[in-house]
Amino acid sequence: MSVPILKQGDILIASIQSALSDRDLVELRDELADRVGRLRSRGVVIDVTALDVLDSFATRTIRGIAYTAKLRGADTVVVGIQPEVAFAMVQLGLSLEGIDTALDLEEGLALLHAGKAERARRK
Amino acid sequence: MLAESSVAIVREADIVIARQKGRELAAAIGFSSTDQTLLATAISEVARNIISYAGHGEVVLSGIEEGGRRGIMVVARDQGPGIADPELAMRDGYSTGNSLGVGLPGARRLVDEFNLASALGAGTTVTLKKWLR
Repeated sequence: MSVPILKQGDILIASIQSALSDRDLVELRDELADRVGRLRSRGVVIDVTALDVLDSFATRTIRGIAYTAKLRGADTVVVGIQPEVAFAMVQLGLSLEGIDTALDLEEGLALLHAGKAERARRK
Repeated sequence: MLAESSVAIVREADIVIARQKGRELAAAIGFSSTDQTLLATAISEVARNIISYAGHGEVVLSGIEEGGRRGIMVVARDQGPGIADPELAMRDGYSTGNSLGVGLPGARRLVDEFNLASALGAGTTVTLKKWLR
């Protein structure tokens, strides 16, 4: 089950469609790291709306995606964490510290665009 | 026993199957969507432990009844190397593998009852129970 990655301007959108195995997640990580460089992307959105479980491995891999993208010059926003999933993550003791999150795709894109505007202003 | 099913844990894709079956059974028993998610997440952690440390094993899911209350029992069993120090393994942040060390202690927080039985060379059995509220 591979994850479709859409390109919208300088933003990549990874839209997870169904439950992912550990291997699928690792493939997504590698694919995104590659495309960020190839397509000169400045932002990555990972849409996890369809995921019913975010366990320790998934959380660690998503963190890895965000940190890798950052080192490649792109910001990451994780969108669509379901309320029950968020609750389970907290109970499990997991967090996405240092990683931006937003309620849905629209807000995630707005966050990335706002970050870009902020950087442009500082130049 | 209301229902019982066993999922062989051989490949990492089986982790997803085990947690999906657990969620289905929890839904059939009448657990809320939140409790289904907590249980599915706990199953994911204990099933991954099998893959990471033992290579293969099984997850047995059963509907249970005890003293008029209903619930679900998950038994994750392997014949792997076992855990040298089960108490240490239950400590947050402790891991001998390449992980966050939240698996077992985290899974314990997601369920109502948790039991870890293991000895070096004798495999590991983790039993989880969650009761219908």
